[in-house]
Amino acid sequence: MLIRKAPDLRFSDITPKSLYVRRREFLQTAAGAALGAAATTLIPPFAANAEAQTQGQGTGHGAKLANVKKSPLSTTGETLTSFDDITSYNNFYEYGPYKEDPKANAWHLKPRPWTIKVEGFAAKTGTFGFEEFTKPYTLEERVYRMRCVEAWSMVIPWVGIPLKDVINTFQPTSEAKYVEFVTALNPAQMPAQTGRSLPWPYVEGLRMDEAMNPLSILAVGLYEETLPNQDGAPIRLVVPWKYGFKGIKSIVKIRFVDYQTKNTWQVMQPSEYGFFANVNPAVSHPRWSQASERRIGEFFKRKTLPFNGYADQVASMYAGMDLKKNY
Amino acid sequence: MKPIVLLKRVIFVAALIPAATLIVGAFRGTLTANPIDYITDRTGDWAFRFLMITLCVTPIRRITGWNPIIQLRRMLGLFSFFYATLHFLTWSVLDWFFDFRSMADDIVMRPFITLGMATFLMLLALAVTSTTASMRRLGRKWTQLHRLIYLAAITALTHFWMVGKVLVTEVTYWAVALTALLGFRVWWILRTRVHVRSAPADFDGKKSFP
Repeated sequence: MLIRKAPDLRFSDITPKSLYVRRREFLQTAAGAALGAAATTLIPPFAANAEAQTQGQGTGHGAKLANVKKSPLSTTGETLTSFDDITSYNNFYEYGPYKEDPKANAWHLKPRPWTIKVEGFAAKTGTFGFEEFTKPYTLEERVYRMRCVEAWSMVIPWVGIPLKDVINTFQPTSEAKYVEFVTALNPAQMPAQTGRSLPWPYVEGLRMDEAMNPLSILAVGLYEETLPNQDGAPIRLVVPWKYGFKGIKSIVKIRFVDYQTKNTWQVMQPSEYGFFANVNPAVSHPRWSQASERRIGEFFKRKTLPFNGYADQVASMYAGMDLKKNY
Repeated sequence: MKPIVLLKRVIFVAALIPAATLIVGAFRGTLTANPIDYITDRTGDWAFRFLMITLCVTPIRRITGWNPIIQLRRMLGLFSFFYATLHFLTWSVLDWFFDFRSMADDIVMRPFITLGMATFLMLLALAVTSTTASMRRLGRKWTQLHRLIYLAAITALTHFWMVGKVLVTEVTYWAVALTALLGFRVWWILRTRVHVRSAPADFDGKKSFP
């Protein structure tokens, strides 16, 4: 008996040899395409971060800033801390409590468009877009030491505008004794604000004479590039004679007030963190010494300098004050 | 090979991974911008974690009745001491580079350093007397001495809690875990006492809790 059976395979089903020998290549391309698609669709953070960085608004290098003037107020004779260290070792609790967190999580932030609200005892108040707010002033490079209350330090080439010029623009009245600053409150962009590590939003303040000191600046960049998000984009305070936590980041509000601000760290632990927070090797933190510090990138500790080495420019503001009480 | 022997070898190798990770990281330069602080934190973390893991052995033994697990206890305790030693050396060599005056100031004036140092000395005493020969020689005193681990766990947790700029939730979790581990022992003692009174014949006579 003849059993007729249709062939399982027709000639047209057979893979041509030319394709067959390239089968691995085909698989790799297909897998690559699938992964690529997954990376952009299933894992949007990577794509978003890459996009943000090309716009100079991410966690990597920012956009180049033009017309930056060197300033005679810059600190000289110090080795600059590397860009990588300045942007990968941060305290910015809005993105998490550990030093690596800000760089890992700050891509969520959208620093443009950005508005800054000015309120309180001043002739001119209102809400201003970032560009409008910063436009009237020449950008200056200010190289400053930065001393963290945790006893480490850096040397950072900030780019910013003198705070006193900004304040003069708004013409504070005689009732304005202090200037208060507020960080953005936006848990969608600052993920750790959903937790309660600190009371949000972060608040800081300066006495009017401190704010008007020529050393005080609002920074918008570093290394002649726009500020990376983890360093406080788009605009932050820099007061180099004070511990780093006074340098409030990602500012959305400036208030001219007649009371001394209860700044965030003071609210957290009043026995350990004060309003003034001037760098002072003679006054220990209750739990650790402030006599020395580790400069990032160096092995041996350095002696901490009174007012972080800026005593000549700032010490007179505190004449007659008991710095042990006013820590 | 008995399961416990295999488990012991696996844990021995696994317990060296954190140290190996630090060594590799040091060569690759991936220990953050402040490697000394990073190494200090990580070795401290692991010293504390192994202390907690060591404290888990007895409760697991009581609950499961799997007695061979007790053979892991000394090794785990010694790993806690191993990381505590690295932690201490990081502080004294890398951080202060044998600046004995500053170190002495720190120990006297900074309660969190005082507690850290006290914890280290306790672990040192336990490590030195961890040999079988010491157990034999000290007899009942050995059990009493090794109850120091409870105090060391409490001082270690307090040290951990005091080191940060702010209390991180991680420390809170550890505090809950330590309370549970020590609470288990209190509960066990109370339970055993009742047990002894009601049915003394069942009591195995062993009272080594650490």
